[in-house]
Amino acid sequence: MSNIEKDEHSGVETTGHEWDGIKELNNPAPRWWLIVMIITIIWGIGYSVVYPSWPTLSGDGERGGTVGTMGWTQYKELEESQGEIMARRAQYLSRFETSSFEEIQADAGLYAFAIAGGASAFKDNCATCHGTGGTGAPGYPNLLDDDWLWGGTITDIHETIQFGVRADHDETRFSEMPAFADIYSAEEVADIADYALSFSAGGDFPARGKLLYDEQCALCHADNGTGDRFQGAPNLADAIWFYGGTRAELINQINRPKHGMMPNWDTRLDAETIRQLAIYVHSLGGGEAE
Amino acid sequence: MSDVAEPIKFFEKRERAYPKRVWGKYRQLKWVAMIVTLSIYYLAPFLRWDRGLHAPDQAILIDMPARRAYFFFIEIWPQEVYYLTGILVLAAVALFFVTSLAGRVWCGYTCPQTVWTDLFVWVERIVQGDRAKRMKLANGPWSVEKLWKLSVTHALWIVIGMLTGGAWVFYFNDAPTLLEQIIHFDVPWSVGGWILALTFSTYLMAGFAREQVCMYMCPYSRFQSAMFDKDTLIIGYDDVRGEPRGKHKKGDTWDGRGDCVDCTLCVQVCPVGIDIRDGLQMECIACGLCVDACNGVMDKVERPRGLIRYDTTNNQEARLAGKPESSHILRPRTFWYVSIISIVGLVMLYGLLNRSASELHVLHDRNPLYVTLSDGTIRNGYDIRILNKTHEDMVFSLTVDGLDGANLRVQAAGDPSADALLVYADSVGHFRVFVTAPKPGAARSKLIFTATSSDEMISEIYSGLFLSSRR
Repeated sequence: MSNIEKDEHSGVETTGHEWDGIKELNNPAPRWWLIVMIITIIWGIGYSVVYPSWPTLSGDGERGGTVGTMGWTQYKELEESQGEIMARRAQYLSRFETSSFEEIQADAGLYAFAIAGGASAFKDNCATCHGTGGTGAPGYPNLLDDDWLWGGTITDIHETIQFGVRADHDETRFSEMPAFADIYSAEEVADIADYALSFSAGGDFPARGKLLYDEQCALCHADNGTGDRFQGAPNLADAIWFYGGTRAELINQINRPKHGMMPNWDTRLDAETIRQLAIYVHSLGGGEAE
Repeated sequence: MSDVAEPIKFFEKRERAYPKRVWGKYRQLKWVAMIVTLSIYYLAPFLRWDRGLHAPDQAILIDMPARRAYFFFIEIWPQEVYYLTGILVLAAVALFFVTSLAGRVWCGYTCPQTVWTDLFVWVERIVQGDRAKRMKLANGPWSVEKLWKLSVTHALWIVIGMLTGGAWVFYFNDAPTLLEQIIHFDVPWSVGGWILALTFSTYLMAGFAREQVCMYMCPYSRFQSAMFDKDTLIIGYDDVRGEPRGKHKKGDTWDGRGDCVDCTLCVQVCPVGIDIRDGLQMECIACGLCVDACNGVMDKVERPRGLIRYDTTNNQEARLAGKPESSHILRPRTFWYVSIISIVGLVMLYGLLNRSASELHVLHDRNPLYVTLSDGTIRNGYDIRILNKTHEDMVFSLTVDGLDGANLRVQAAGDPSADALLVYADSVGHFRVFVTAPKPGAARSKLIFTATSSDEMISEIYSGLFLSSRR
């Protein structure tokens, strides 16, 4: 302390720290920097009074801290912005609730509202199985094409979404195909598969295949293989195969049928969202007229 | 230890300029330039231009919420922002051209920084008096007089700043409506924020920073030397004639001495605080006020004018060598600048005259690329956008071509026909479209979309793709 050394060039006292002959000077912080720091301190004090900032063991704040004189919280802000969205939705929702599917389809505003709401609900709930584009996957139906297991009108789609397929609901859509491996030999099953393939591919088929098909399969899948939507029996005569269209895949399905399951959404989504979803899925390209 | 040397100065301390009042040709030109440029700035938003019912009637308007920009007969949409690029290119090259001819006259007369600084100095002089009084006031101790004079000056500066910010927002809103709102303090925060920001920046730039903006902040003043050649006008002090300088009493002989009487008026009037007699300097903005000051003095001492004047390096050298002066306007540099201006101008004019009243955009679905239908045909989905840039509703019919058996369907409320797609005036029609076709041989086939207006005046074509599986 007694021996303050001054730098001979600048006249500033040194800190006494020296590296390779270079001495650190004890320059004060720049004035503007100091002023900015003081301003931030004052700002910080003001901020902590106005906004919730100090944690306390038990407090009035949202998470047990100080409240702040403005009473501002992130939760309130979230509620406010959600409230704005709900208010904007409300002007459509009240009309949407009271309109039939036909009325909605004829009204550009309501239709756009339904598509927008349906699209976002679809990505949240349906895309897991049906894909974000609605193209499905083996075992999960493609919602874009014109082949529907349980019907492609908005009313049909709406019912499917509401109650599900083979779901835990009294009104769920339900059907079951027997496992024919327990009934028929491998050759017999192969003959049935060949006959079923001939609906779409044409050509020759084994007579036994037709015989067995007419006896066992035609009840649900129809004589000409066009299926039955009341029972969710797939159309075997078109270009679309639910569980794969190769001979091997078909034989597998006849032997030990796979059965898809879709949950009932009436307990998970509100009624208007389900209606929006039905309209959205119907709009993807394969929707049928009532 | 005892004798500590004078500390090294790492930064030069700013010498504040207190420009003295001056009369003369260039000063008058500067007043005219100030009145013209400020009038354009403050009054242009109030010009009206009739565009019919569906568009605003403000001649110059950038409508941010509606994403439109209007400039008299020109109206652009956001995707046409290249017009703005063209205008900026034109402005830049025009600035280069003027600079190569006449030096930094943009800086000296019309640059907003110069104009507002000039305006602020004028306010300063009205309130505090001329140079000597202002310097005395600034350097003197605090007094009641100093306090009220500085307060009034700064208050007036802030008022001018507010007017500046206030005028700026008019270019982005309907000016008469906004004026009413501003008068009633009923403005959106965005408008208020801009007014505040520009008030502050004007106050800071024209009140305090002044010539430092030109010296340290402005890139143009730094690269302007690239546009200079020896025929470019600069402010020049004729040291052949002026030196040796010295005080001169009326009646003394002019023999054996220069014409410069060393009155330093040229230094006192300089807004950037330099001595032009030291030669051309980076700070000089070529405003010519020193020329006015020196000419006034030359008149008084009855010597010819032009000791300081607009000059060229070539002429300075010619005089030194005893050769006649000459001027060259057509030089490679000016030729190229004019050529670029002409080319860019013509390209823009062509673009403007051929601006289409509508556009057709086709976006192919990405997920999925195609859908196989039960009868084996293939369906592709598209988002179609038809732009209607006119101010009347239009009906378009959409057709596809180039693919056998292609069938087009519009997916929308009310099942509209593809022959009657309504697109409202000055807006974008958005349509969801499905095209179904028998499975083509190739994975990618060309598909031509055509949108034709009902009067068949407009037909927009878009070359799109139809995708299918490889097998």
